[in-house]
Amino acid sequence: MKKILVTLLFLLFGTVANADCNIKSGSINILANDFPALRTLVETAKECKGSADFKVTHSAEHNKIAVPALTANPSEFSVRVAANSSIVPLMNADLIRPMNDLVKKYGKGIQESQLITIDGKVMAVAFMANTQHLYVRTDVLEENGIAIPKTYEEVVAAAEKIRAAGKMKYPYAAAYKAGWNLAEEFVNMYIGHGGEFFKDGGAQPNINNAKGVATLNMLKKLADLSNPDYLTHDSEAIKVEWESGNVAIMTLWASRSGTLLDDEGDAKITAATKLVAPATVGGGNIPAATLWWDGFTLAKNRSDADAEASFRAMAHAASSKEMVAKAADQAVWLVEGFVPGPKSVGVIEAVKMGAKPYPMLPQMGLMHGALGSEIVEFLQGNESAEQALKDVEAAYITKAKEQGFL
Amino acid sequence: MPNRSFFWFFFPAGLAMILFIGLPIISTGIQSFYAQHDQILIEVKKCDPFGCKTSVVVDQEATSKIKEEKPLGKFNGFGTYIDRNHLASDQVSEFWSESKSVGEFIGKVGNLPFYKALVFTLTYCVIVTPCVLLLGFIIALSLNAISRKIRGPLIFGTILPMIVTPLVGSLVLFWMIDAEGIIGANLQILMDDPYLSVKSSKALTWITIIIYGVWHHSPFAFVVFYAALQTVPQEPLEASIIDGASRFQRVKHIVLPHIYPVVTFVALISLMDNFRVFEPIIGFSAEGSAQSLSWLIYDNLVNEEVILFGSAAATSIMTIVGISIILTPVLLRTWKEFRTNR
Repeated sequence: MKKILVTLLFLLFGTVANADCNIKSGSINILANDFPALRTLVETAKECKGSADFKVTHSAEHNKIAVPALTANPSEFSVRVAANSSIVPLMNADLIRPMNDLVKKYGKGIQESQLITIDGKVMAVAFMANTQHLYVRTDVLEENGIAIPKTYEEVVAAAEKIRAAGKMKYPYAAAYKAGWNLAEEFVNMYIGHGGEFFKDGGAQPNINNAKGVATLNMLKKLADLSNPDYLTHDSEAIKVEWESGNVAIMTLWASRSGTLLDDEGDAKITAATKLVAPATVGGGNIPAATLWWDGFTLAKNRSDADAEASFRAMAHAASSKEMVAKAADQAVWLVEGFVPGPKSVGVIEAVKMGAKPYPMLPQMGLMHGALGSEIVEFLQGNESAEQALKDVEAAYITKAKEQGFL
Repeated sequence: MPNRSFFWFFFPAGLAMILFIGLPIISTGIQSFYAQHDQILIEVKKCDPFGCKTSVVVDQEATSKIKEEKPLGKFNGFGTYIDRNHLASDQVSEFWSESKSVGEFIGKVGNLPFYKALVFTLTYCVIVTPCVLLLGFIIALSLNAISRKIRGPLIFGTILPMIVTPLVGSLVLFWMIDAEGIIGANLQILMDDPYLSVKSSKALTWITIIIYGVWHHSPFAFVVFYAALQTVPQEPLEASIIDGASRFQRVKHIVLPHIYPVVTFVALISLMDNFRVFEPIIGFSAEGSAQSLSWLIYDNLVNEEVILFGSAAATSIMTIVGISIILTPVLLRTWKEFRTNR
């Protein structure tokens, strides 16, 4: 009873404190990925919708919907919550609008560092950072006398030791699902090896080299220590593996830690789960991980009134100190007033270690797509690393020609 | 039916077909001959929470001008059809000249995305269609011979696979073949290999999808065959029993010839359906091991952040051509019969 009362009071004060932003007209329709931090953000934006229409679509399939939905005129959505990779197709097709004026007029609480500017034009406002880093089971590591791994070579050694001890059959996990996820793992590992995806700033591919081979070999070693079904496992699937206690070391998104460490599931596993820095690889000193931001963009093919209403609601959320205080463990917020908690370790360490952001290049999506399908046969053992990389480059070149990049 | 009334009967359906099938196919065909304009890239300063750096973006002003002049894109002729991701004529001839044996050549060609997908699609078609026909026919015969009292519930049970949504059906099997699912785990014990994975093995994935295909499509064949069996005249059957014909002989000489047109119909529909195999690949997350032509189109349209309309259109047109080629023998045969019947 007391708890309910407190909650009610909290809600009451919450609403009082968040008097709406006095939006009088317009309609807001948001397209966003589906994970807890984004839900919190959208809820916060809703608090200040005023008399504007408010609709939201949270979908894991957001990437597939975004371009067609924003191409329509008027576009289905007024706001698209995007990340460094998903903003690129929107910019390539000229589907989002610069918001310098709106930032000047309504963006008081937004920090300078949150603005994504392209040639001085504010194309997005970031509100959280994300990366993939290691999660370890301290109990299993201690039991086998293994220190927390700092490099992927140590991860392999640790996982082999755990397997040899008969503790777990598949001690490592990462999202290796063929397609986008697998390609992302390649991108991380290749950057960790110090690789560059394109030849001197152009669009010619540059992955069929010693670094690319080393990357593939490391992915293969890790895959051999994973559940044999790894090619079908996405982030959600490996999270389930972790929660059922089958895995001791895992590479996973920082943004997934919220639901991984909630009260559901085995309390013993949750207590022993520790979030640590991303690993380096091949003697490199930058982590084999990419930094990501999540931010909101405004659709171009939508009325100015809608854009204004949308910006005000989203800006309210992207600068809400209350939200970042309340949801401090859901994400690494880029909003002023955020105090990093234990769940932010991964991202903060990654930044400290000098991790690189995911390359925001117009042709990167094609490379990512080619990687996702062409390196599968290597992992299945049907193809040599060189052949796989050659296939990736060939597939990429064909697509890049069709898209006019080469 | 006089031609005139046939025309008016057919007119609404024909109009809908032209509007919703014919025109889109034509537009797809036109699209397949175009590629995107050359991208005009400019160097700009990009800043994000992790710092600033100089890098390239698409120059929207210049691009929009070109797009206004030629909205369809750059004319590419058959360029998309023969590039590496489709028919790959250059690569195939290169492989032909550098390969030492036919096996090596086939291996290399099979590594190209279009041919990889074609091989799976054809394998699926060639195995699933006859199995569906045979299984559907056997089930129809058996159910037709069963006492009427229990026939109703049995028929319902038999068509269940068709009622279940394809994606749900494939997901159920997908979880069963998981390394920790009932089939997957038992296979590991049976084969004494703790690293055996149905999902990561190419051959096992193909077998799973094919079994699923047969399971899912058989009820359709069954329903049609069962309906046709109800029309088989009883007199010749009784006469043949008196003549001492065995059950097999009766089926072969009386039942089969009677329902033959229906068999052709089911074969046609099954071939067409199977050539467009798609849902099980998504349901089984089998993109890594099994790709079909339909999946290639899907991949070009949605899986990548950059949508490849030209590629998708070219693959679509080639799928249509493929279906026409596969159906030709059956259609020719039907046409001949039609002519002789008149």
